[in-house]
Amino acid sequence: MAEAPVHGAWQRRLLLTLLLAPALLWLFALIVLPQLELALLSFRERIAPHEYRASLDQYRTFFTEPLYWQVFVRTATMSVISTALTLLVAFPIAWVITKVARGRASSLLFVVCLIPFWVSETVRALGWLILLRESGVLPALLVKLGISAVPVELLYHDATILTGLVYTSLLFMVVPLVSSLESLDNALVEAAYDLGASGVAILRQIVIPHAAPGITAGCIVVFMLTLGNYLTPNLLGGKNSQWFTELIYTQFIVRFNWEQGAAFGFLLLALSTAIVALGLRLSGQRFVDVMRRS
Amino acid sequence: MIASLPRPVWLRTATVLYVAAFLVFLFLPLLIVAAFAFNNAPYPAPPWRGFTLDWFLGNESAGRLGLFHDTELLGSIWTSIVVASWVTALSVAVGAANAFLMERHRFPGKQALSVLMLTPLVIPGVILGISILSLSSRLAELADDLFGLEIDSLRPGLPLVVLGQFSYIATIATLMISARLKRYDRTLEEAALNLGASHVAVLRTITFPYLRPALIGSAAISFLMSFENFNTTLMLVGADPPLTVMMYGRMREGASPVLNAVSLFLIVASATLALTLMRRSPRQDA
Repeated sequence: MAEAPVHGAWQRRLLLTLLLAPALLWLFALIVLPQLELALLSFRERIAPHEYRASLDQYRTFFTEPLYWQVFVRTATMSVISTALTLLVAFPIAWVITKVARGRASSLLFVVCLIPFWVSETVRALGWLILLRESGVLPALLVKLGISAVPVELLYHDATILTGLVYTSLLFMVVPLVSSLESLDNALVEAAYDLGASGVAILRQIVIPHAAPGITAGCIVVFMLTLGNYLTPNLLGGKNSQWFTELIYTQFIVRFNWEQGAAFGFLLLALSTAIVALGLRLSGQRFVDVMRRS
Repeated sequence: MIASLPRPVWLRTATVLYVAAFLVFLFLPLLIVAAFAFNNAPYPAPPWRGFTLDWFLGNESAGRLGLFHDTELLGSIWTSIVVASWVTALSVAVGAANAFLMERHRFPGKQALSVLMLTPLVIPGVILGISILSLSSRLAELADDLFGLEIDSLRPGLPLVVLGQFSYIATIATLMISARLKRYDRTLEEAALNLGASHVAVLRTITFPYLRPALIGSAAISFLMSFENFNTTLMLVGADPPLTVMMYGRMREGASPVLNAVSLFLIVASATLALTLMRRSPRQDA
């Protein structure tokens, strides 16, 4: 419509084709077809070398082998807990950034909060390792302060894994919270206060309803990233981490049982997609903005 | 409570304490990593045994292999740089084409395509990795069976790592460039065309300069995300690991402080990049 008239119809068509080609190539060769291949793999079973038949065996194994579905449930539960904790830790900071600190202090605090997340997750995990392992900084400090007699191993606990996961996810919660709290009119809070509302009432009836889209968006992204994380649970949890992505890695790379690994991959994808779909319905387009910012 | 309302002393104190604790939580791991790069001890662990630059400059003959002599580690940094350069070039090129496609054209199935473009972000990285691995080895087997060809680039290795990372970083580049193109005032182009400029001249003198901040920004983000990627890379890596995979392997063996040295380099590099980008467009691209 706004296209200049000098453009002939066939030229436009050619341009459209040229622009469509890379997009279609990218999405079909690297996303759609690989996912289909993964689906095919997961629904077959090897009966002899180079001979396969359609089967639900891989999924049956998942449900009949307690270890597998227990790890799946554990990963999902830990991800939910981690997401909730991330929200609890991030909310006050987002509040301080948007409502308490002013001017330069506010933007400085925001920038300072973001910087650590530009650093590789590997580096941050190394930091936690040096801090928490038996020969590490915190156990030595506890001995020095007389709190424990001998250095204690702080790695390989669920709490350690959660700490690491919350740490890794904070940015993806702080950013959407800040952008949704920024649009909250201070006058509403002041009015409620003047009318005698308590802090809790203001939080429950004004702040949370207003920030709900940001909260939902942050929670979806954090949950998704936590569920799919490999590095942090693996390094901080060691053998005790029991994270579902580790099972996928083991089946695919260590045992070379691709059929089983593909089925596990699909189950993880299904869980992740279900949560994202649920969140998308609750928060609408905001999800796109969040992904853009993070 | 917000700044304009009276806040009791305990609340002010609690706020300050919370922010302080939060900042300690954020920066302690990074500071610890940086500090132990200079500790004069064979392991990155307390106690502090004095300052040394061995973990940067140390030579094998001295018994301490420093970062600048650790050819394996330096090689993996180079591998990461090569991979990240390819991923950046591909992502920005495809991202720019996608931005023009989605902002300037109408075609059947556009809505579906725009949804499909976002899906790479909701697929966990591990699954992106294994799915691309599965498809490429099927293709490799096909080529072998049908034509007797052995195509190495379809086996785990750097070409697959590049494709795996590109598969989702392209979405990020697309979103960043589209956001800028969306705010573009097209009457500028029309004015230039009315005044007799050719399409190429318009693209070169008006559209491209306007898009340049987004192109540079998305290139920087793509490079960083590729450099730091771990999940997808781990599934597709072959004989020569990029830095993150190499570091992971060494961390599992029990790290020497040379890892702290390389981490310090990464911290400085990414903080510089972050500050530069944020200074250019405060809050927008955070």
